[in-house]
Amino acid sequence: MKQTITEKIIAQHAGRDFVQPGDLVDVSVDQTWSDDLGAPITLGLLKTHGIPAVFDTTRVFVTSMVNAPARSIETAEALKVTRDLCRAYDVPLFEMGSAAIHNSLGIERGVTLPGELIVGGNSHSCMAGALGCYATGMGSTDIAAILATGRTWLEVPRTIRYRYTGNLRPWVTGKDLILHTIGQIGVAGADNAAMEFVGDPISALEVEQRLSMSNMAIEAGGQNAICEPDDKTLAYVTPLAARPFTPVYGDPGAAIFEEIVIDISNLEPVVAAPFLPSNTGSWRDVRGLSLDQVYIGSCTNGWISDLRAAAAILKGRKVAENLRVIVIPSTTEVHKQAIEEGLAQIFLDAGAAFSMPTCGPCIGAQAGVLAAGERCLSTSNRNFPGRQGSVQSETYLCNPVIAAASAVKGVIASPDEL
Amino acid sequence: MWTEGHGWFLGDDIDTDQIMPTRYLAHSTAEDLAPFALSGNDTSWAATIKPGDVLIAGKNFGCGSSREHAPLGLKGLGIQCVVAQSFSRIFYRNAVNIGLALLTIPKAIPVQPQGSTAWIDFPNGLLSFDAGVTTYVGVPPAPIVLEILAHGGLMPMVASRA
Ligand code: SF4
Repeated sequence: MKQTITEKIIAQHAGRDFVQPGDLVDVSVDQTWSDDLGAPITLGLLKTHGIPAVFDTTRVFVTSMVNAPARSIETAEALKVTRDLCRAYDVPLFEMGSAAIHNSLGIERGVTLPGELIVGGNSHSCMAGALGCYATGMGSTDIAAILATGRTWLEVPRTIRYRYTGNLRPWVTGKDLILHTIGQIGVAGADNAAMEFVGDPISALEVEQRLSMSNMAIEAGGQNAICEPDDKTLAYVTPLAARPFTPVYGDPGAAIFEEIVIDISNLEPVVAAPFLPSNTGSWRDVRGLSLDQVYIGSCTNGWISDLRAAAAILKGRKVAENLRVIVIPSTTEVHKQAIEEGLAQIFLDAGAAFSMPTCGPCIGAQAGVLAAGERCLSTSNRNFPGRQGSVQSETYLCNPVIAAASAVKGVIASPDEL
Repeated sequence: MWTEGHGWFLGDDIDTDQIMPTRYLAHSTAEDLAPFALSGNDTSWAATIKPGDVLIAGKNFGCGSSREHAPLGLKGLGIQCVVAQSFSRIFYRNAVNIGLALLTIPKAIPVQPQGSTAWIDFPNGLLSFDAGVTTYVGVPPAPIVLEILAHGGLMPMVASRA
């Protein structure tokens, strides 16, 4: 029986020869993680229910990244709970000098590998799927059960294949492809399916741009997003891999639920306006809109390649007056690399803030929370009401080059206008 | 068996940032989170909603962040059941895992005045606004969901097998 890549990976982890969409299966989990929001609940549940140890301490880690470094007494207490519980369960904790966003850290540490089954404790855990693994997000109690047993249950998703055609135009990135896709199908458009990205433009994208795409599968309602591993994938993951892995490929001719063809020949950089990631259009539709803040970072676009792209535009230029520009790398390694490559110097010379790895303004917890009436252009992934602060603030989503150009102009702009 | 409560109506795509805004996530119990439930949608909800009430939403309820604080806050308010045309996968699992009842009724439900009496027959997956004369029929939950609910949540089930 022919199977898609997603079905094959799930079948292998369920100890079965094949699975079909709709099957409820019990699967082994190769890697999981949590953060300072989830860990107090997840690890607290292990304690409450008398679970003495996690199933494998090499297959879990925790990052303190939303409320860390502590920004209040309340968050300091919560971070302390996280720290104490990680110590008690011997779970590696990344904070302060090793701080990172977990979705990004899992990839960087080579523990989300082709053919693996990954379940992270946050919705954007789906990002790793662009490497050719099944990756999905779950909540705190599901992660607690995984830590207790090494297993979870899944409903095998049907596969919707998104076939991109045409050539990428200037300044168009993976972020634009996924924003455009969400705009086409809606925030629940993938309806819990496996989103499979194929086509020449996908092959043309560098791995980190594909990761920006799979990152936002959740904004389309996908259960997971996946790209078949190619030479670029293997060149990216092989030096990082923390354990042996075997890539999995779908069977040619395997049945899928639907194929959606998306021609990107005329696609220009995309901006999603408040208050849904599906509220998309060309950057031109919002050209000249005034801004209070620009954020370049998050798990979606806090990769070194994103910082390089933004720095290339900011180099030798100044950010606009009365505009707050915040650049935040997604991991400590990216932070170090940005310093080594001179990118940090470029950001600082331009008048932007360059900060340690955190989720930053993405989730409105710290480092750039918005006041009522303020507008932020952000390379993150969500623009729901109040996502970055006041419910009367506005978040527009875009790629890093549009963000950098807009940082210079002070209004939504393209690099061509500089 | 019908149980009644006030019915409160919400629209489509109510995401978890609206159900439990980020600034309250340093709390982690249902009790502590309850006063802030739905405050990202309207700050008056927590005072309005009483134990036994029913939330009735449109499509894609609970989309967005995987924060379990969202269903925990609703549970803390004593909501007997959340009805929606559809739920996001993560929110659905989270709610079941902590023992919050959810009912999926794919057909659009005609909006009633806020606070109208709503009747729920959870075991049979039914909603009514007239004590069962006119009923709206939900989708029966998957066997694994019923099994988790029968144990009073996922962790009690896992612990019972350890
Ligand atoms: S950067 Fe934003 S989306 Fe990514 S993990 Fe942090 S809060 Fe979530």
